[in-house]
Amino acid sequence: MSTVSTTMGEPALKLPEKHYLNASYGIRSWLLTTDHKRIALLYLASVTFFFFIGGFFAMMIRLHLLTPSGYLLSADTYNRMFTMHGVAMIFFFLIPSIPAVLGNFLIPLMIGAKDLAFPKINLLSWYIYIIGGCFTLYSMVSGGLDTGWTFYTPLSTVYSNSAVAPAVVGIFITGFSSILTGLNFLVTVHTMRAPGMTWFRLPLFVWAHYATSVVMILGTPVVAITLALAAMERLFGLGFFNPAMGGDPILFQHLFWFYSHPAVYIMILPSMGVISELIPTFARKKLFGYHFVAAASLAIAVIGFLVWTHHMFLTGQSTYAALAFSFLTFLVAIPSAVKVFNWTATLFGGSISFDTPMLYAFGFLGLFLIGGLTGLFLGCLGVDMHVHDTYFVVAHFHYIMVGGAVMGYLGGLHFWWPKITGRMYPEWLARIAALVLFVGFNLTFFPQFVLGYLGMPRRYHVYPPEFQVYNVMSTAGASILAVGYLLPMIYLTWAAFYGRVAGNNPWPATGLEWTTASPPPTENFEVTPVVTWEAYDFHNRPELGLDVPGTPSGVVAPAHGHD
Amino acid sequence: MHRTGALFGQFETLEQQKDTASLGMWIFLVTEVMFFGGIMLAYTINRHTYFHAFAMGSKTLSLTLGGTNTVVLLASSFTMAMGVWSAQVGKKKLLPVFLTLTIVLGFVFFGIKYVEYAQKFHHHLVPGRNFDITYCVNNPTRCEDMSAEEIKAERVELEEAQAADPDLNAHAQLYYSAYFGMTGLHALHMIIGAGLLFWLLGQSLKGRFSPEWNTPVDLVGLYWHFVDIVWIYLFPLLYLIDRHN
Amino acid sequence: MADHEHAEHTEHIVPPRTYMIIIFSLLCLTAATVAAAYVNLGPLNIVVALVIATMKATLVVLFFMHAKYSPKRTKLVIMAGIFWLAILLFMTLSDYASRVDYRGIRYPMTQNIALVPSPRA
Repeated sequence: MSTVSTTMGEPALKLPEKHYLNASYGIRSWLLTTDHKRIALLYLASVTFFFFIGGFFAMMIRLHLLTPSGYLLSADTYNRMFTMHGVAMIFFFLIPSIPAVLGNFLIPLMIGAKDLAFPKINLLSWYIYIIGGCFTLYSMVSGGLDTGWTFYTPLSTVYSNSAVAPAVVGIFITGFSSILTGLNFLVTVHTMRAPGMTWFRLPLFVWAHYATSVVMILGTPVVAITLALAAMERLFGLGFFNPAMGGDPILFQHLFWFYSHPAVYIMILPSMGVISELIPTFARKKLFGYHFVAAASLAIAVIGFLVWTHHMFLTGQSTYAALAFSFLTFLVAIPSAVKVFNWTATLFGGSISFDTPMLYAFGFLGLFLIGGLTGLFLGCLGVDMHVHDTYFVVAHFHYIMVGGAVMGYLGGLHFWWPKITGRMYPEWLARIAALVLFVGFNLTFFPQFVLGYLGMPRRYHVYPPEFQVYNVMSTAGASILAVGYLLPMIYLTWAAFYGRVAGNNPWPATGLEWTTASPPPTENFEVTPVVTWEAYDFHNRPELGLDVPGTPSGVVAPAHGHD
Repeated sequence: MHRTGALFGQFETLEQQKDTASLGMWIFLVTEVMFFGGIMLAYTINRHTYFHAFAMGSKTLSLTLGGTNTVVLLASSFTMAMGVWSAQVGKKKLLPVFLTLTIVLGFVFFGIKYVEYAQKFHHHLVPGRNFDITYCVNNPTRCEDMSAEEIKAERVELEEAQAADPDLNAHAQLYYSAYFGMTGLHALHMIIGAGLLFWLLGQSLKGRFSPEWNTPVDLVGLYWHFVDIVWIYLFPLLYLIDRHN
Repeated sequence: MADHEHAEHTEHIVPPRTYMIIIFSLLCLTAATVAAAYVNLGPLNIVVALVIATMKATLVVLFFMHAKYSPKRTKLVIMAGIFWLAILLFMTLSDYASRVDYRGIRYPMTQNIALVPSPRA
């Protein structure tokens, strides 16, 4: 299609003649597409939109918290800000992000298939997401929601004067998008793998999405029925969760957290899958302990369903029940730790290059470690009594969600951007943005650990004046973080049109997706591939132009041609 | 991606396609198990806490109608299974017959359900503003569909229940929340199933299904059987509480 | 091709006679569950009802839904669904069963709370 500049005498790279982006034109070809790659881009646009929405509410929270006595917003409005921040970010950004964007795009490519098992259901998933999003947006513009993203009853079902019903209906609907995506992935991985692509040759990204899909399938329907019952209670006066009618708020909490705890694994497992792709590629070394990492993904998915009551330690549980759940909570940390150890072990003796995706992977390693360890603090009954519902919890989950999940998302976007668009992003600008993001993130959320430990409660619009310095640090960090997010949005968009043409395998990396053109043709592969190599096998792939990995002198093809 | 005959473009063989579709439907049914499971949990907790109210509520349901509906649905599962068999052995004329029978039985179920629901509305047994478990006992003339013996029996049951639970009316509302929630959800799934059956009927009349390819019949069958299984549980849980009293 | 085990190329066609035996069994079990409901078994009533319902469900799953003749993977999916439902029910019930307040009163205690009409009613 077009050539861009050559560097250091390499032959000029061209985009392929026909690929999935120019296969057909016009809005109908996008809105009625069944191509998983186009659907991934539809999702990219939508989740980015909701990210902005969630980010706007975050900005309002942090601006308001600059002073201890609430100069910007009333208490009621503040409640709406943090609620809608949570709803937008969790249900409409974090849960879909990596699976619906990167998973949709890459899974068929990684397994050597032409598309997912059910392409039309894939498109339906996106439409369901949009419809649910519209209901929730309607809730936001018609006064918002003030119950917290957790919708505890009877505030949400009886006493709240905010637009609970449309939001609950919206999230209910969007849940089905998640269910259908998970169903599609599970079936695809079982039945659509190319010849030779055995289970243990699958990239760990696929394993991670398989585990995520198990969680989506088994957990999301429970929150669906919970929200349906809550909506019935609000609209028609059914009484399961309302004490005034003999109902029980604890029942709501059990039903809600049965999904919402595994939901956090929906948010982190795909990101871990991305990291499992980035680290071997940028250490030029096979992933250490492949089988253990695959098993750990499944273990996280399964054990993650057994721990939800740790969100309810302070609801009057018996000590014995709490002990059991605390123990299970500690247990679920083990597979995550196994993964962190294995990623670190992969680095040892590898030939490490600090390209942007690797910077995000390093960020993930450190920040997920902190987030995960603080999760153990919270799982410990005595400590939880002290820090429950404080900023300690807020800091913990933001370290995992932003420091973990979003770093993985951005790292993955950068890594696969050449495959998605055929063009490379500007490396130095990207590295700077990653560092800005890292600094901004830590400045925003580390002080919150201190705040929580010192006792500042969450979801309060005012706080004692002695906490102000930490809050100001946090808000300052948030503004830097915002820059760190805006930069990639700008340069990735720019790069999609004007970046340097990347070629099939710019890194080079070992996955099947890198053997086809960038951008890929609509049917993904000219000929159905036959797989004869193991995952991350840098040795037996002479076509990648690599020498024996692990020795820096052995590297023949540098990542960008400009090092 | 385009189709060649029955084969969709993303698949390599018909066998892969059938395998994929079947796995997809089974996984979908698992999501339905978890979906109904949530409301089953709500039912379980509330039944345990408010046993007397639940027993009272259960006794206001007609065992005849509920039992008939159970038999009707089981029979419809049988006719559906026979429909799948007809497609598998190539009896193309027999398939529409069994599908029609299944649909008819489904509509019998709806009819009986409608009668039950109408009765509940009439007797002030719908959760909400005018819920009153004592309505028929206190206003026998308004509940003309109940005979004098039935009202008398209900009065006895009501007095016993009220002695055991002073706030019987509020708690009975929870029973009816469970009743309408569970049977309503079930009926919604049956309506979708009936729609799918109509579509299947249309396709079968055009002779589209054969021993080589009958996947839609198989899949709708799986769905229909699942809906039947839900009712298999709903019937004892809602209709058979404390009947020996 | 991926993962096709013994899928449908050995498609076992269940004969109508089997279906007739199954429907007859289902009807008998229905009669049994109604009959059992009229016998006072105390706390066992619900157990008997659920056991019979599970027997009926098992017959439907194994024979009408052909699970008996399906590949192992299908059986795994079914088991997973049942297992996860069990997690939801049993772990929640275990929390309820173990709750007592400082007065030693079992939870939930709402039977003793004066009922206030809901403001939205």
